[in-house]
Amino acid sequence: MHELAVCQDIMQQVTQLAARHKAKSVSLIRLQIGPLSGIEAPLLETAFTIARAGSIAEYARLAIETLAVKVYCPECASESVVSADNLCCAQCGNWQTRLLQGDEMILRQVEMDMDDVPDPDISTSRH
Amino acid sequence: MCDTCGCNITEANRHLLEKDGKLSQTPDGHTAIDVLHSLLHENDHQAAHNREHFDKHQVLAVNLMSSPGSGKTRLLEQTLEQLGKHFRMAVIEGDLETENDAQRIRAKGVPAIQITTGSACHLDAHMVHQAVHDLDLSQLDIVFIENVGNLVCPASFDLGHHVNITLLSVTEGDDKPSKYPVMFRAADVLLITKADLLQVLDDFDTAVAAKNFRQLAKANPVIALSAKTRDEGFQAWIQWLTETLSQHRLRIAEGEQVRPAIQQDGQRLHQHDGMSEHHHL
Repeated sequence: MHELAVCQDIMQQVTQLAARHKAKSVSLIRLQIGPLSGIEAPLLETAFTIARAGSIAEYARLAIETLAVKVYCPECASESVVSADNLCCAQCGNWQTRLLQGDEMILRQVEMDMDDVPDPDISTSRH
Repeated sequence: MCDTCGCNITEANRHLLEKDGKLSQTPDGHTAIDVLHSLLHENDHQAAHNREHFDKHQVLAVNLMSSPGSGKTRLLEQTLEQLGKHFRMAVIEGDLETENDAQRIRAKGVPAIQITTGSACHLDAHMVHQAVHDLDLSQLDIVFIENVGNLVCPASFDLGHHVNITLLSVTEGDDKPSKYPVMFRAADVLLITKADLLQVLDDFDTAVAAKNFRQLAKANPVIALSAKTRDEGFQAWIQWLTETLSQHRLRIAEGEQVRPAIQQDGQRLHQHDGMSEHHHL
């Protein structure tokens, strides 16, 4: 239910970024989300279609990469992929693990369309 | 550092922002920029600001989260009554509608600021900031923030508080930590409330609730208590709170900043802030 609030925060960040780079429009927003972030990707996608309306990202696409939940076990020094409701070590069952990945909610990358006139410095820096 | 006021622009990344700096292009002609910020960057920035307010006055800010009806206000009423002679306290109340909870707190002679969120299912750092400005922090030791009753959304929002208290009442079921891992992982202490009802309930096992909590890799204390009878568990909660306040003051005196268990990726990301925005190559 809070995905719209999250989207509004994303839109604030993206709008500021686009303004700072004098972008014409935003074409793609890449996110990374872990199951322990409390954000549901399908709900975020729906909320995004509302939040982007009338903004510089009105026609932007949202690309969400969902990350697995990974823990480190200091007992047996192993890493394992586990489920969100049970973070015990998959190897030895120890519950005192450390979360390595899975609680992310990260704005990873933004792609923008710059001015129509190509800047020669920009076009020569492609790698 | 933040990306609001420009303080994230350092000597190391300044060239990226200049007109003749290196910008990369994707194969289809767009300009790509790596950001690496929390999705709640604006909220987190405000939360850090709130935390500075609290820290400046050595105030401990406590966020209470649970489902509706698990006894947050009841716990507060009894806590205020027991600790009223020792500490100066205030409460920020979050509810969708009504001033009922704030009135219950004021009846104990304690200042209460009611935030009515309308349809919003959680408090955020901006709402709390407004409420904080209605309190005289220089006259306070503890500010309790009673979040909106909801086991989902409040866990994702840093309010600028220092510790999270998650309540689970015995009528809700001992499997709740497994069903709502995000909420229970955020807990600095888990309070199993309404424990006086355990004698008439045969389907809630505090050991099972604690086991489900431990399965989320949580070593934090689990306290079963009854605020109504102010039993031993309630006294254990009072002791935990009192000790947490003294530890908090020591840490503040040493210049440390205390953060709740949530927003861990935010902490990890913070280490990248010096290079928080760089162009994709």
